[in-house]
Amino acid sequence: MKCRVCRGPAAVDIRRHNAAFCPEHFVHHCREQVRRAIKEHGMLGAGERVLVAVSGGKDSLALWDLLVALGYDADGLYLGLGIGGYSDRSGDAARAYADARDRKLHEVDLAGDYGYDIPGAAAATRRAPCGACGLSKRHLFNTIAIERGYDVIATGHNLDDEAAVLLGNVMRWEPGYLGRQHPVLPATPGFARKVKPLIRLGERETAAYCVLESIDYIVEECPMAEGNRHLGYKEVLNDLEDRSPGTKAAFLFGFLDRAQPLFAGDARDEREGLGECAICGSPTTGEICAFCRLRARAGGA
Amino acid sequence: MKVLLRNPRRELELPGPLTVATLLDRLELNPESVLVICGDTLVTRDARLSDGDTVEIRPVMSGGAS
Repeated sequence: MKCRVCRGPAAVDIRRHNAAFCPEHFVHHCREQVRRAIKEHGMLGAGERVLVAVSGGKDSLALWDLLVALGYDADGLYLGLGIGGYSDRSGDAARAYADARDRKLHEVDLAGDYGYDIPGAAAATRRAPCGACGLSKRHLFNTIAIERGYDVIATGHNLDDEAAVLLGNVMRWEPGYLGRQHPVLPATPGFARKVKPLIRLGERETAAYCVLESIDYIVEECPMAEGNRHLGYKEVLNDLEDRSPGTKAAFLFGFLDRAQPLFAGDARDEREGLGECAICGSPTTGEICAFCRLRARAGGA
Repeated sequence: MKVLLRNPRRELELPGPLTVATLLDRLELNPESVLVICGDTLVTRDARLSDGDTVEIRPVMSGGAS
């Protein structure tokens, strides 16, 4: 295959675009997709301080790299989850990237700073570890962004992630979740703005970007995510995409254009009914927020 | 050719020449879910792989639903 732009030998083919790119023009393609996503959805303003949620994986490191390449003032936040050697290696990848590029990386350790880890929380609550992990991340990224004066949190959710989440939300008809599924969640009292600038890039593209830009990310999958429902949805969508390229993008962007606004009211109603957690002050529907309840059950408070 | 697979990590020895698309088909891998790296170079699905090549098939699917 030849590069769509320069006709030189291609390194990456993207079937949904019916295109292939050489390394130089593929990197340019990734930057343009992120620039376009930011502009289309009004994600970031000039001079804003961005906190990138960094896991050490391909998506978050590619995101950090792309935002800095586009001129944004972006620092990283790594959350140590306590998942054995996997967490050790993912932390090493995040630190190595920050050191090599001379970028600021904040670090928070669940066990050291909050008294619990994800395996312990999953055992204590008898819930899937991904639930405790997602809850901890959402709460702490938000809290730390606000405490440390960042305007916005950027996460590495890509087109595949969002299409899989959408499929899950549609399969269970979750109106609140469907209303919240948007590349930008605006700031409201107690919540920092959250943005997903990789929404126009698939995970094959973020992985290829890291390879071509010599970004060493953790390739192994989280041992606690193995066999989870989200990965099952991704497999189903990839089967459809292989038969009909462009299916994932049509599914996600069609939803955002034509269906998400129909559910936005459900998400607004949920946010407007929130009070303050009696322990940490975060927004919550009850007296104690889900994070503080999780922490207490997992032995951290 | 030597083929390196991950998650779990394992190695296969396969005869060449063959294209990337044929290799993935033989291994029953969805091209949407992997990158193929020949030596140090990313390659597209029409690339031809030869007997002496070392080929990494790197999975790209990741994540919990957080």
